[in-house]
Amino acid sequence: MASIALDKPQTDPAMEGPGIPVVALKGVSITFEIKPVLEDISFTVMPGETRVILGPAGCGKSVLMKLANGLLRPDTGSITVFGHDVTKMRETDLYKLRARIGMVFQESALFDSLSVEDNVAYRLHEDRVPDDEAHARVVESLKFVELEQAIAKFPSELSGGMRRRVSIARAIISKPDLILYDSPTGGLDPITSTTIVELVVKQRDVSHTTSLLITHRLQDAFTLATHRFDPKTGHMEPIPDNGIDPSTKFLVLHEGKVVFDGTTEELVHSEDPWLKEYLS
Amino acid sequence: MPFVTPDVFVKERVAAVQEYSLLTGRAVANLFSGPHYWDDVFTQMDSIGVGSMPIVILTGFFTGCVLALQSASSLEEFGAISMTGNLVALSMVKELGPVLTGLMISGRNASGMASELGSMKVTEQIDAMRALGTDPSRKLVTPRLIATVFMLFFLTIVSDAVGIAGGALVSVTILGLNASSYFHSSYRSLTYAGITQGLVKPLFSGFIIATVGCYYGMTTKGGTQGVGRATTQAVVVSSVFIIVVDFLVSRAMIGIFGSQ
Repeated sequence: MASIALDKPQTDPAMEGPGIPVVALKGVSITFEIKPVLEDISFTVMPGETRVILGPAGCGKSVLMKLANGLLRPDTGSITVFGHDVTKMRETDLYKLRARIGMVFQESALFDSLSVEDNVAYRLHEDRVPDDEAHARVVESLKFVELEQAIAKFPSELSGGMRRRVSIARAIISKPDLILYDSPTGGLDPITSTTIVELVVKQRDVSHTTSLLITHRLQDAFTLATHRFDPKTGHMEPIPDNGIDPSTKFLVLHEGKVVFDGTTEELVHSEDPWLKEYLS
Repeated sequence: MPFVTPDVFVKERVAAVQEYSLLTGRAVANLFSGPHYWDDVFTQMDSIGVGSMPIVILTGFFTGCVLALQSASSLEEFGAISMTGNLVALSMVKELGPVLTGLMISGRNASGMASELGSMKVTEQIDAMRALGTDPSRKLVTPRLIATVFMLFFLTIVSDAVGIAGGALVSVTILGLNASSYFHSSYRSLTYAGITQGLVKPLFSGFIIATVGCYYGMTTKGGTQGVGRATTQAVVVSSVFIIVVDFLVSRAMIGIFGSQ
């Protein structure tokens, strides 16, 4: 992926850098109709961190992800991404900011009318990247997800797992500084889920990209925390001596509220009764 | 559909009008700034214009046929059967051509737009488009607006022409009128005001079909059931709007040109 470099907005050193959060939510609440979905959510994601968002179905995880990308606006609170308050930005400015953000949607959200190549190259085509260069980048991106043979297929011809991998290829083609994974393993069988988790680990360990990942599968979350990508074998392997990846942290939501925010060790040793039951 | 209190109902309607106005305003404003998605415009022109030709030709032709057939019996009572061409041409160009074409295109394309965009909405493709840095109103709505307004104008002309031809066929083969007399009578009936009226209407109808179809598609909620509901609403609302606007444009044109 080293050669992939798309024109991205200039970064402001005063707003970004080590010690400055890539994503910061402060007192965020949102209500749909009369039902509060998220209430007073606050947390930060530091550069290089992989933040796993856990919680039962319907607790507002996907809404949180859309808020972080500016696709929804909160009723109260502030959301800062790369130092910009996305709650106050105009939609046109958000489009520029999103050039630095890759997003993998829950159901892949591939464009039905476009081939895999055109789906993956969508952003490149929008940026008027020459066809030859776009094709080379698409091939490289599809190789990363081990799906280069499907380049000419259409989404309807792909399995659920393949669609998810194409969605990841589309998200990473512009080498984003932040990747948002919305339930990338949702609805997949365990073997395919492991393949997707391996890709997430690979992206984390190869590119060290800051990321938020939603999952309701605890197994996937702990695989992320306890495994690393070995570039020699090209596969994911457990971190030796029962090690834990220090860049992987957890946020647990329950009924629209944060019930846990911390490291893997803090999570497994938590004394919170609901959390203990949830993890068991 | 759940019952709601009157105040909630009014608020929902006002919010819908506001949302429709904002979407329409953005779609029109996009015409004056880049980027423009001309590939999508031509694709939509092919789908809306060329794809609708068969139904427009069939509808226009048989409307002309039946108009000649029905009017001839009444005109005969006044000894004015030679005016059949006059009546068919005037009716087709000023009223039936624009309105029927608008309604047919509404049934075919407002529903198509609502279902296509609605499916994209419920499968998060619209959100994905925004996440990939593309303005959906610019990529999806504006090309459909340009294509519908442009193509409906020409489809209406086609409908008028085949309607007059259908009337001619019936007049000559069934009513035994002279073809030359029919076309001469048709030609004489067409005035600048009548033609202008007939060609202004499809511009409004095209605007209504595209904006209403896209609005219902872009605001679809509730999965596949929601897509079905959006499709139905798009056809019903755009059809009613076309008839209402037809009356308003007719009245305005009579005000401008007089009742020619």
